[in-house]
Amino acid sequence: MSAPENLPEIDNGLLRFLTCGSVDDGKSTLIGRLLFDTKTILADTLHAIEKTSAKRGMEAVDLSLLTDGLQAEREQGITIDVAYRYFTTGRRKYIIADAPGHEQYTRNMVTAASTANLAIILVDARKGVLPQTRRHSYIAHLLGIPHLLVAVNKMDLVDYSQATYEKIKADYQAFAATLGIEDVTFIPLSALTGDMVVDRGEAMDWYDGPTLLDILESAPPAHSEHDEPFRLPVQYVCRPQDSANPELHDYRGFMGRIESGSIATGDAVTVLPSGLSTTVKDVQLAGRSIGSAFVEQSVTLLLADEIDISRGDMIVKSAEPQPTVTKTVVAELCWLAETPLEPSRRYLVRHTTRTSQAKLAGIAYKLDIHSLQQVDADRLQMNDIARVTLRFAQPLAIDPYADNRGTGAFIVIDESTNSTVGAGMIVAAV
Amino acid sequence: MTMTATKTLSHLDWLEAEAIHIMREVAGQCSNPALLFSGGKDSICMLRLAEKAFRPGKFPFPLVHVDTGHNYAEVIAFRDKRAAELGERLIVRSVEDSMKRGTVVLKHPGESRNKHQSVTLLETIAEFEFDACIGGARRDEEKARAKERIFSFRDEFGGWDPKNQRPELWNLFNARCHKGENIRAFPISNWTELDVWQYIEREGLELPSIYFAHTRPVVRKGASLVPVTDVTPAKPGDAIEDVRVRFRTVGDITCTAPVESDADTVAKIIEETATTTITERGATRLDDQASEAAMEQRKKEGYF
Repeated sequence: MSAPENLPEIDNGLLRFLTCGSVDDGKSTLIGRLLFDTKTILADTLHAIEKTSAKRGMEAVDLSLLTDGLQAEREQGITIDVAYRYFTTGRRKYIIADAPGHEQYTRNMVTAASTANLAIILVDARKGVLPQTRRHSYIAHLLGIPHLLVAVNKMDLVDYSQATYEKIKADYQAFAATLGIEDVTFIPLSALTGDMVVDRGEAMDWYDGPTLLDILESAPPAHSEHDEPFRLPVQYVCRPQDSANPELHDYRGFMGRIESGSIATGDAVTVLPSGLSTTVKDVQLAGRSIGSAFVEQSVTLLLADEIDISRGDMIVKSAEPQPTVTKTVVAELCWLAETPLEPSRRYLVRHTTRTSQAKLAGIAYKLDIHSLQQVDADRLQMNDIARVTLRFAQPLAIDPYADNRGTGAFIVIDESTNSTVGAGMIVAAV
Repeated sequence: MTMTATKTLSHLDWLEAEAIHIMREVAGQCSNPALLFSGGKDSICMLRLAEKAFRPGKFPFPLVHVDTGHNYAEVIAFRDKRAAELGERLIVRSVEDSMKRGTVVLKHPGESRNKHQSVTLLETIAEFEFDACIGGARRDEEKARAKERIFSFRDEFGGWDPKNQRPELWNLFNARCHKGENIRAFPISNWTELDVWQYIEREGLELPSIYFAHTRPVVRKGASLVPVTDVTPAKPGDAIEDVRVRFRTVGDITCTAPVESDADTVAKIIEETATTTITERGATRLDDQASEAAMEQRKKEGYF
């Protein structure tokens, strides 16, 4: 790796990844190790955890203390929430979403997974593939994380045995095939000693693959892996009519972040749900023309014809496959709130920048998170994941989540508390 | 047109695009937001991001500063100049007015006013009926911030309940709240101190002069350098030294200390930031050193 002091010659962008596993799997130690070996942890932080380690009677510095968050959590000795950590190698910036591993915290893992482009699934080399390994893998797959990395940790406790590693790898592959998970990478490591995390160490010469950090450094960055059609949900319309500049009197800029694909001046576009078409007059950032733009950029589009467009509408390219405009969908729904889903109630759904009222039209089944089997259900509790049918008051322009995370996802909001109570992934329009 | 899907955004472009998206969500979802602007480096980045988000239009929110009355004159002058250059509305409310009203009572005249900003901020939110305040806090600053949402819900007392935060999935932000409640939105949550300096360099942003190395009288207190000013005068017996220093964070004089440095350009500061061994708040914030949970406690009480 290159140290942070050698600032980016090559900027390989940003990678968001998720770590799944419990404290027992050494997850906190692994994150601590990554931060420590990339020199992200600074002296005063290290000093603070040295003091805490000593206070708790430990001999070595407990790197897992680095991810210990809130006072409330320290008192209970658990992690109650997703925490975000940052490090940079000089080549790339990383955002780690650190989610607790226990089954009670399915909702936290779903939350953390929603923005990740790679998941590290930790397996304890002494224990092999456990029900929680399967659960984490299932959720990572459900949330559409394109790359799964199975880290067989605590290799130091199994004498760095290649046979143990190969057995776990074969077990996992057999299980992954049943879920349809294809892209899996395996690595043996020890977060405690640091072998194969940032440095190779000397204990596992039989492994000739890349280190964990090498894998992270070369993983494809968020989103841009295949040519998806252009989708721009309109967030805000800029109309500076009151400006003293007469040239701006007719300015109407449609602002949003590109969820997928690319756009350039001259492209023919269609606005949904109205279906009206026009062409792109200009693509701008901060009032200046940039000519073209691609996925994840926040831009402003100026259109050739004056058509009525407001927040919640979606601009797509006329020549590309269109999203489906629908008022009914089948979706995977994860319930996030302590108050159970009430099947007869109306909720709000936020999909892209559009908000609609919604009602449950049926629960096909829910998932038994332990056996990963489908079971009958008539209500949903916190942490449940179910296949449901939902009806909306307004038409939404949707793509299946498997094709497009941006236009296939939605959240459910309880109007009485305004809390976010559900997370949905669209399977198909009905 | 051909696809350009193999292109990737640089990390600064990605962070910028995300921050613009967040600001536009606030503008799209909230009816009366405000942007907190202190004249510090993070909020200076926020103003540039707001320009990128909303120009050629005006900002859909005023700038708000809660002044403790103990800020460096250079920073206050910079704040006023920048707001005027942008042609945007600046609202200033002061902790001293809250003291006159009796809503802020200091334990003793020398007590830091920093934590009392929460009271004045809540009074300002009530006065203007703001339903959202956009701020420049970052998750890398402090442990409690690492777990705060980008859209952070606050009850009518401005309180943050770490156990009752709204789940935040994908880029679907939920800014809904009832009257009297409000949202604090943090567009640069995912930025680090180094990202901020790299952005300042790339965008050529102007900063108050005290961010750059200058010679200043200070008193050494433990590992901290306490600046000698009207509100933090030297005590009898203090050894006053003239030291080359710069500020890494700028806030209330009574709780912000400079660091020894010769870095007098943004490039030199980036080099120092990349190689420093002390965290930003650890080096410079006298208020966070009180206890491990100091920030968590202040946020529960409505602090930014």
